[in-house]
Amino acid sequence: MRAEDPGLYDYLPYYDRPRITWPGDARLAFWCAPNIEHYELDPPVNPSRTSWPRPVPDVLHYAWRDYGNRAGIWRMMAAMDRYGVRGSISLNVAVCDHFPDIAAACRERGWEFFSHGVYNTRYTYNMSEDQERAFIEDVKTSIRKWSGQELAGWLAPALTLTERTMDLLAEAGITYTLDLFHDDQPMPVNVSRGRLISIPYSLEINDFTTLFQGNCTPRDYTDAIKAQFDRLYMEGGENGQVMCLPLHPFLIGQPHRMKQFEEALDYITSHDKVWLATGREIASHYLAHHYDAFAAAIATGKKG
Amino acid sequence: MNLPPGYFDYPFRRPGMDHGRYAYSNLFKRKPVVWPEQARIALWIVPTLEFFPLDMAPKGVKPPGGLERPYPDYWNYTLRDYGNRVGFARIFRALEARGLKASVAMSARLAERYPHVLHEVNRLDFELVAHGIDMNHIHATGIGREVEQEWVKHSLSTLRRLSGQPVNGWYSPAHSETHDTPDLVAAEGCDYVCDWVNDDMPYQLETKAGPIWAMPHAYEISDLQIFHFYKYKPAQFVEQVMDHFELLYREAATSGGRIVALSLRPWISGVPHRIAAVEQVLDLMLRRGGVWSATGAEILACWRAQQ
Repeated sequence: MRAEDPGLYDYLPYYDRPRITWPGDARLAFWCAPNIEHYELDPPVNPSRTSWPRPVPDVLHYAWRDYGNRAGIWRMMAAMDRYGVRGSISLNVAVCDHFPDIAAACRERGWEFFSHGVYNTRYTYNMSEDQERAFIEDVKTSIRKWSGQELAGWLAPALTLTERTMDLLAEAGITYTLDLFHDDQPMPVNVSRGRLISIPYSLEINDFTTLFQGNCTPRDYTDAIKAQFDRLYMEGGENGQVMCLPLHPFLIGQPHRMKQFEEALDYITSHDKVWLATGREIASHYLAHHYDAFAAAIATGKKG
Repeated sequence: MNLPPGYFDYPFRRPGMDHGRYAYSNLFKRKPVVWPEQARIALWIVPTLEFFPLDMAPKGVKPPGGLERPYPDYWNYTLRDYGNRVGFARIFRALEARGLKASVAMSARLAERYPHVLHEVNRLDFELVAHGIDMNHIHATGIGREVEQEWVKHSLSTLRRLSGQPVNGWYSPAHSETHDTPDLVAAEGCDYVCDWVNDDMPYQLETKAGPIWAMPHAYEISDLQIFHFYKYKPAQFVEQVMDHFELLYREAATSGGRIVALSLRPWISGVPHRIAAVEQVLDLMLRRGGVWSATGAEILACWRAQQ
């Protein structure tokens, strides 16, 4: 049975919410999420989605993405180091097996590892409950092995999900999902047991939707990032906000875009009252200090 | 419907790539190369001259610029043909006026049809790169190995016979390859291919006929991507190409010589309202100094000598 809404969250008016406060009295929690991915040259077929626009081997599109792991990620890392911005990596965990140097460099920097599945060419669509549970376990084990971290966050591989995904994430002890785009603040997610929250990611200032799909020039992209920041920073004076900058090394790590990336980081880090956080830190803080108030406000709203 | 258990098999989940064509390599962990006269940038200009037959029937992979309107699609046929009559001449003149070299990728059918174009390539001492038979012959899985072998042989032998050049570079139409393409072009004497867009420097490809090299054909700053797909303005082309150039110029100070590849389609860049943008980027780069204009074969030879 298909439903007319996801049933994963309830309505909460945007203004007059419980007030979120961040460490250091910051207006805004800023986090940067590089998607470190590998797209297989010849993946198995998922009936709901093909992996490549052209017959295998799709040399053009495969190589385009491979650029990120050979060149782009290293440029991004250097720029983020310069501005003191840690990454929270949206990781296809097989990247660690294929390119252990990338995993090591992220680990050495104290970056957070969160899940973006195994490969970006293995989709969640059509997984049975047991298959999906085992899939989540595989990712958890890999992340523990390569980073020493307990997996906290999940962005579904290629944003492919089932109706069970959120329940299974909560069951596995994962605390935040990035697949819901319904709000600018973290929100409780309705799951069968445990606690799961959504944290704002972004498909609006994502380099994929702007630079790759949206006919947005690098300069326009920087303007969009700054405008997004300015508005959330302003509103953060009233109620704490979150801004995510989701990126792909094969796009933002191209030579002709690095200057714009550096300009965006420079702009953001030159403001005070900005908490340079990771996804996990934002989730932990919200769960410890704000989840209950938000859950109560939502419950009150439901009673009318 | 559930997925078969094999969906969770990961046969290549181990160090290295998920194929044997090339090895993983971090761009910033390689031995720096030195270009002639300590140049920071090797400027590799690749005008790509393609024949799109009026009776082409794109199946499978559609080449960018392919004819897709009902037959006879004079609109697109003549727009592409414009490039091989007028557009390329503007680009060649811009290069000649600045004393620049180029590697010209060309459909074999174009070399046969327009001897004047081939004559100009030779007169200017440009390198000729094989670019398939024409844009109706796309190397994509399904054509069969023997057919593809015939296409490769025909493309190379036609260009070699008509130009007198050795022709050791291969650029597949529409950047499209089969699993066999690198093996087949290597067997026919090619040293390099321009189809893989995953690097800023050359790297080695393994083939059944021994190693060849992938040359970094920067796709993201090609006129095809910037004008045709992204639909940006000429001023934005200048910004992006120069941002690309400046970043690599900066990196060259610490990482060794870099390559700026400028891929130009005459039906895109050779039109009156865009050619000035091309001339402007050439002038801006040359004014910067430390730029070595070279063909793909020359850049590869210089790079290989230092490995």
